[in-house]
Amino acid sequence: MASQKKRIVPLWRNKKIVPIVLQIIFVLVMGTLLWILIHNTRIGLNRMGIQFGFDFLNLRAGFNINEAMIDYGTNDPYGRAILVGIVSTLRVSFFGIILATIIGVVVGIAKMSNNWLLSKVASIYIDIFRNTPLLLQIFILNFAVFLPLPVIQEAIKVGPFYLSNRGAVIPWFSGNENTWIWLILIVIYLVISISIFNFLMKKEIEEGKNIHPFLSAFSTFAFLSIITFFIIGVGPVSVIIPDHTGTAVTGGASLTTPFLSVLLALTIFASTYIAEIVRGGIQAVPKGQTEATKALGFKSATAMRLVIFPQAIRIIIPQMTSQYLNIIKNSSLAMAVGFQEIVGVGNTVMNQSGRTLEVIIIMISVYLFFSLTTSLFMNYFNKKFQLVER
Amino acid sequence: MEETLQIEKPTQPLEEREDVIKVEKLNKWFGDLHVIKDVDLTVKQGEVIVILGPSGSGKSTFIRTLNALEEFQSGKIEIDHIELTDDLKNVEEIRKETGMVFQQFNLFPHMSILKNISLAPIWVRKWKKNKAEKIALDLLERVGIPEQADKYPGQLSGGQQQRVAIARALAMQPKIMLFDEPTSALDPEMVNEVLDVMQNLAESGMTMIVVTHEMGFARQVADRLVLFDKGEVVEMAGPEEFFENPKHERTKAFLSQIL
Amino acid sequence: MYSDNVQQEEKVNNQLKGRDSTSLQDNKKAKISWIIKKNLFDGWKNVLLTILTIIFSIFVLYQVTAFVITNSWDVVYVHLRLLMIGQYPLEEIWRLWFGLYYASLMIGLTWGLWKGAGKAVAFTFGSVYFIFAVIPWTTVNTSINLAGCIMLIAVGYFFGNKLERLKIPVIILWILFLPLTLGLITGFGGIITPVLSRYWGGWLLTVILASISIVGCFPLGILLALGRRSTLPAVKYFCIAYIELIRGMPLIMVLFIGQMLIPLFLGGETGIDNVTRAMIAYTFFAAAYLAEDVRGGLQSLPVGQYEAAQALGLNKFKTTFLIILPQALKAVIPALVGLFITILKDTSLVAIIGLADFLGTARRISNNPEYLGRYMELYIFVAVFYFIFCYLMAYVSRYLERKLSRSVN
Repeated sequence: MASQKKRIVPLWRNKKIVPIVLQIIFVLVMGTLLWILIHNTRIGLNRMGIQFGFDFLNLRAGFNINEAMIDYGTNDPYGRAILVGIVSTLRVSFFGIILATIIGVVVGIAKMSNNWLLSKVASIYIDIFRNTPLLLQIFILNFAVFLPLPVIQEAIKVGPFYLSNRGAVIPWFSGNENTWIWLILIVIYLVISISIFNFLMKKEIEEGKNIHPFLSAFSTFAFLSIITFFIIGVGPVSVIIPDHTGTAVTGGASLTTPFLSVLLALTIFASTYIAEIVRGGIQAVPKGQTEATKALGFKSATAMRLVIFPQAIRIIIPQMTSQYLNIIKNSSLAMAVGFQEIVGVGNTVMNQSGRTLEVIIIMISVYLFFSLTTSLFMNYFNKKFQLVER
Repeated sequence: MEETLQIEKPTQPLEEREDVIKVEKLNKWFGDLHVIKDVDLTVKQGEVIVILGPSGSGKSTFIRTLNALEEFQSGKIEIDHIELTDDLKNVEEIRKETGMVFQQFNLFPHMSILKNISLAPIWVRKWKKNKAEKIALDLLERVGIPEQADKYPGQLSGGQQQRVAIARALAMQPKIMLFDEPTSALDPEMVNEVLDVMQNLAESGMTMIVVTHEMGFARQVADRLVLFDKGEVVEMAGPEEFFENPKHERTKAFLSQIL
Repeated sequence: MYSDNVQQEEKVNNQLKGRDSTSLQDNKKAKISWIIKKNLFDGWKNVLLTILTIIFSIFVLYQVTAFVITNSWDVVYVHLRLLMIGQYPLEEIWRLWFGLYYASLMIGLTWGLWKGAGKAVAFTFGSVYFIFAVIPWTTVNTSINLAGCIMLIAVGYFFGNKLERLKIPVIILWILFLPLTLGLITGFGGIITPVLSRYWGGWLLTVILASISIVGCFPLGILLALGRRSTLPAVKYFCIAYIELIRGMPLIMVLFIGQMLIPLFLGGETGIDNVTRAMIAYTFFAAAYLAEDVRGGLQSLPVGQYEAAQALGLNKFKTTFLIILPQALKAVIPALVGLFITILKDTSLVAIIGLADFLGTARRISNNPEYLGRYMELYIFVAVFYFIFCYLMAYVSRYLERKLSRSVN
C-alpha cells in the first residue's frame, strides 16, 4: 500500500526542480533586460551614425597631454593617448601609495602613543582629513595653495626645493657610469650581511647570549659601502639639485601643480585610513597576547616584533591592499584639476571621437585589470600568512 | 493547560499503537564519507527513543535528516504518514509536525522570549496574535519560567534559554519532538532543570527522539535505547536489557567507557 | 574590586583609546596631574615629543587664527544663499523652511525619547542654526525662521522627554520624513507647482543627492547581498559579478557612464535630467558597497539561526525577513553609517560633471572675476560644513557601535 501512495510530485513543489526553474526565470529576466539595453544602444548609435568598433584607436588624437610620461604628440593616435593616461594613473598612484603608507603608519603609531598630546594631534589630523571630501582637498591644494604661489621667475626656494605657481622642482637622482658596478656590489653586500645576520641569529638562539645580529649585519653593510665609496670615488647615483636661472628652474625633477595637488591630497586622504588600519590591526591582537609576552619576560620591542606584529599584519594586509586600490581609483579625481590620467584622457577621447561606449569599455577593463591583479596579490599574501600561522 | 498541548496520551499498549516515524534503509554520505549506513527505525506513538553513541557516530546527523535539515541519498523516511521526498509541501508539513531542540538553543536574540515562542504559530500556523501569545505564556508556565516573557534571550541563563527553546518548539503543537544533545552546552548545575521539563513532556505522552549523553535520563525515561556507532545502529533495546544485558561487544565497550 | 595595579592598567588602556572611564571622571584633578606626569614628561624621549608637538600645534593654530581674522570672508557671505540653496525660487522657499522645521522637531523628539547620541545631533544642529541666525549677513526673515527651528528642537525634546508613548509615531514620522519633504521641495511630481532640478543647488542639492542615494541603495544593496549568498549559482554569480565590477570602478567613471550611457540605454532620447541621472548612478554605485557591508552582517550570524527557523517551519522568505535580516542589519549599523558618510562626501563629485552642488557652487563662485583668487575662504567654508556633518555622523556611528557591542551579551 505504501508504495502505491507514491504520487508524482508537482513540478512547482519539487525540491530539485524549483531551484532550476527559478534560475531559468532569473536568467531570462536579466537576459531580456540586457537585450533591451543593447538593442536601445544600437538604435541610438545607429541614429548618431556611429559604428561600434575599436578601429578608431588608430586615428589621430590631435590633442595635447601635459606631463606625458612616455613619448606623445598631437599626431599620435587615440590608442597611444589612452596609454599615456594609464601610465599617468600608475605614476600618481605609485608615489601616492608609498607616501600614504609612510605617513599613515607614522600617524597610526602616533595615535597609539602614550604621549597624550601626540595622540590627540594624530586624532585631529585623522578626523579633519577623513571627514572632508577628497575632491575638496584636491581643489584647496590646487587652487588655494599652489596657484597663488609666485610666478616661476620669483620661485620660492626652500632648501633645495623651488616652489612656484607652476609646481615644484625637487632634487632627483640620475645614474652615472658607475651605477651598474654599484648595483652589483650592493647586491653582493646585501647577501653577505644577510648571511651574517642569519648566522649570528642562529648562534644567539643556540647560545642564549645577546650578540647583536642586526647591528653587526648592518654595520658590515655600512662599512663595505663606505670603503667602496672611497675606492670608486662616486656614489651609486648622482643627486641633481635644481638651479634657478631667472626665467626657469633647470635640473632635478619638475612636478606640476595639478600633479602635486593630486599626489598630496591622495596621500593625506589615504594616510588617515591607513593610520586607522594600522592602529586597528595592532589593537585587534588580543590583550592576552601582550600579557603572555610580559609574563614570559619579553621586552616590549621584542614582543612587538615576534608576537604582536606577525598577528597584526594578517589583519592589516588585506585592508591595506583595498586601500591601495582605493588610491588608484581615487586618482581619477585628478581630471578635475587637469592632470590627465586614464579617466581624464578617456573623457577627452569620448568627447572628440564620440566613441562613448568603446572608451568606457576600455576604462572598465583597465580598472578591472587593476582590481583583479590586486586581489590575486592579496589572495597570495593571505595564503602565505595563513600557512605560516598553522 | 490541557488545551495548550493537544497530546493524546495513548491508552492502548505499545505494540498496538500506530507508527509515527518510519525509517527504512537510510543512507547518507558527506562526499566520500558514509555517515549513515542502512538505518532502520520505527517509532510508535508516545514512545521515547534515546539515541546514544560516541561523538562522530552520526547520531546528530541522523536526527537532523528526520526534519530535512540534512539531505539523505537513499532510503525512506515517513513521519506521521507523510513521506519525506523532493516535494517541498511534504517538507513543510513534516516540519510543522516535528519540533526540534538544538544543542546551542538557537533562540532568536533580537526578539523577546514571548515573540520567540509565538513567532512560528503566528507566521506558519497563521494563528491570531492573541491566541499565539496566550499559548506561549501557558507554555512558559509549563517549563517553569513565566516571569521571563518580556526579557530577551541574552538576559537568561543557559538552562532557562533551553527551556524557552523547548517551549518554542512545543508552541507549534508538534506530534513529535526531536532533541539534539539538549544539555551538552549547559553548565552542570542547569542540566537537571532541562531534563525535568523533558521528563514531564515524555510522561504527558509526547513522541520523542533524544540524542544525549545523560545516562540517568536514558535509563529512567526511554522506552527504547539505540546505540549508534560509525553510522550504524549497533544495538536497539529497552533500558533494562540495554544496560544490564547488552548483546553487542561495541555496546559493552561504550557502556564501560561511559559508566 | 580591582587592585591598584589593575586600575592603573585600565587607566592606561582608556587613555590609549581616548576614552574616559568613570573612575577617572570622579577624580579630575588626579587625572590631569596624572596625564601631565605620566603621559607627557615621562623620560627624555617623551619630553622631546611633547615639546615638538606643542610647537607644531601652536604654529598651526596661529596660522589658522591669522587666516580667519585677516580675511574679510565677503565672498562667502555675499553668496551665502547661493551656497546653501542654489537658485531655489524665493517665493517657494517656505517649502525648505517646512523641511527644516520638520527635521528640527524630529531631532528634538528623538533626543527626548532616546537620549544617547541624540543630544549631540540636537546641539550640532542648534549651534549651526544659531550661528546662521546671529551673523549679520542673513536676512531678518531667515533669523526668525532659524530661531523657530531652535525652538522646535526644544519643544520636541520637552515632549519626547515627557511622553514615552510617542516612540512609534516618531518612528513613523521619520519614515515619512524624506518622501514628504523631498516631495514638497520638488513639487510632488507636479501636484503643486514643481521646482525643477536645475533650480536645486548648493548644500540643498548635496543633501538631496545624498539622501536619495542612501535610501535608493538600501533595497538594491540588500537584494545583492542576499543574492550573493544565494544557493542558486546563476543568482549568486550574477551578484558577485555586479558587486565586484562596480567596486572595481572609480565613482567618477560610474557618474560618466550614468551621464552618457543612460540616455543611450533608454533609446537615445529621454527627458531624464542630469540630476536624476546622477542619482541613479550613485544609487547603483552605493548599492554594491552596501551589499558588501550587509554580507558581513549575514556572515556573522551563526548557522543555528537558519536551522532553528527552518525547523520551526518558516520558509526561506520568512526566515530571511523575520530572522536573518533584522539581526544582520543591526550588526552592521556602524558600517552603514560609515558608508553614508562616504556617500555624503562623494556627492561632491558631481561638481566634475557640471552640477552645482555645494562644492560645484563654490567652484563657480570662485570663477567669478570679481572674486578672483578668493578660493581659500570659499573652500574652507565648504570644508567646515562637510566636516561638521560628517564628524557628527561618525560620532553617532561610534556611539551606536559602543551601544551595540554592549548589548551583545
